[in-house]
Amino acid sequence: MVRTPVAEGIFTWPAEEPQLIGSRCTACGIVTFPTQESCPRCAATGMTDQVLARRGRLWAWTTQNFPPPSPPYAGPTGDAFEPYGVGYVELPDEVKVETRLTDADPEALTAGMEMELVVVPFRTDDEGNEVMTFAFRPVG
Amino acid sequence: MDVAIVGVGLHPFGRFAGVSGIEMGAVAIRRALADAGVEWRDIQFAFGGSYEVDNPDAVVALMGLTGIPFTDVYNGCATAASALTLAANAIRLGDHDLGIAVGMDKHLPGAFSADPRQYACPSWYGELGHFVTTKFFGMKINKYMHDHGISQSTLAKVAAKNYRNGARNPNAFRRKPLSEEEILGSPVLNYPLTQYMFCSPDEGAAAVVLCRAEDARRYSDTPVYLRASTVRTRRLGAFEVHSPWLPIEETVGPTVDASRAAFEMAGIGPEDVDVIQLQDTDAGAEVIHLAENGFCADGDQEALVADGALEIDGSRPVNTDGGLIANGEPIGASGLRQVHEVVRQLRGQGDDRQVPGAPKVGYTQLYGAPGTAGVSILSV
Repeated sequence: MVRTPVAEGIFTWPAEEPQLIGSRCTACGIVTFPTQESCPRCAATGMTDQVLARRGRLWAWTTQNFPPPSPPYAGPTGDAFEPYGVGYVELPDEVKVETRLTDADPEALTAGMEMELVVVPFRTDDEGNEVMTFAFRPVG
Repeated sequence: MDVAIVGVGLHPFGRFAGVSGIEMGAVAIRRALADAGVEWRDIQFAFGGSYEVDNPDAVVALMGLTGIPFTDVYNGCATAASALTLAANAIRLGDHDLGIAVGMDKHLPGAFSADPRQYACPSWYGELGHFVTTKFFGMKINKYMHDHGISQSTLAKVAAKNYRNGARNPNAFRRKPLSEEEILGSPVLNYPLTQYMFCSPDEGAAAVVLCRAEDARRYSDTPVYLRASTVRTRRLGAFEVHSPWLPIEETVGPTVDASRAAFEMAGIGPEDVDVIQLQDTDAGAEVIHLAENGFCADGDQEALVADGALEIDGSRPVNTDGGLIANGEPIGASGLRQVHEVVRQLRGQGDDRQVPGAPKVGYTQLYGAPGTAGVSILSV
């Protein structure tokens, strides 16, 4: 089965240790995810790509217990739907990224816990490719 | 130039098969006109808000083709606040003496959906399932509960209050009281929020007739004055819906900005407010918005709810008509439904949900995607 990323340019792939790809403003230093062409803080247009830290801390989280409206959601629905966790992980001195979490059990998730980036299967597309997404999982 | 509200009208909120959004808008307008004792031909201008109806101004086909300037408004969940603010400004500027703000909508059931690219979000964000508003509200209240010591049972108490108030409101969508146990026992949609803690998109319309304050007594023995009406959008660092990322730096949300601006405009403070309408997209949003609008400190909600402070006969009555939880959210009409309720309360026309002690100052707040808030302050 061919594995393909959900989108080009949002994480390094294939890679032993994949990383998210963001932007840093060359004028004010703010970091965004994903990349963008102008700065949301100072409106400068000099943004450079930056690969982001693979570890951070869980800043906010919830669970998604029903399939989101489709479109735009393209993942499994009906009996194939599995609840998943979702949250923001704060990458130190960089940015908070919104992400799927590998855990959907409220007992297993706590604000402030250490998380690390993984790339996991998300769905199988019409051509039979396995579509991969970034996610974060608890460390340890 | 000060502005007064001299007429309010509502088409009930709920599900109305075979009735169009425009037809509901016409019903609301006719009721507001009757309330003000004026005719459609007296109306000099209109602002109309809707998400689903492309041209709210088409309501003139049902009301009368009088040729008035009629401007359509869409501004997310703050659509009705925007229509009200623009209508008030048209009078403040001296352009007109008497006009109307109307909101109408007719949504399909289920969570709102759209193309994420229309919200400056990448396609993959929607493909992965992130483009859904309910999980934002789940994350925001979950973090707030963690930071400020709010319990899930407080969320259930807030929802139960709003269903209870809705049961006293003949115009409400959901009129059946639900117990805390039933609310907590309904399926979790986005932890810690359960199904019965959320409002639903639905259908309905509301209208408000406005005039120059100095003319108000001509139309009404009980005019209500619009002391402030503000709309704000998010600043960098606010925790907002549909955000693939947030900066490390943090700041307050647009509700706080809109609220502070409104209190400054009105020259009063939260302690002067007698009846409150807050955006309760979910029970957690009502809890958070109580603090964001200055009605308590973060964390105080736990005790306030336990003591019944948010009840109709409490010290800070909130969502006396059942709020969004009991009325649902027809986006274009929702904020004018809040104004309708506050005006009825300030006139002493709250029927069996009347706030005791002749309330003199009322407050309304809207919040929604993609980080927009609207506030109004009214007084007798």
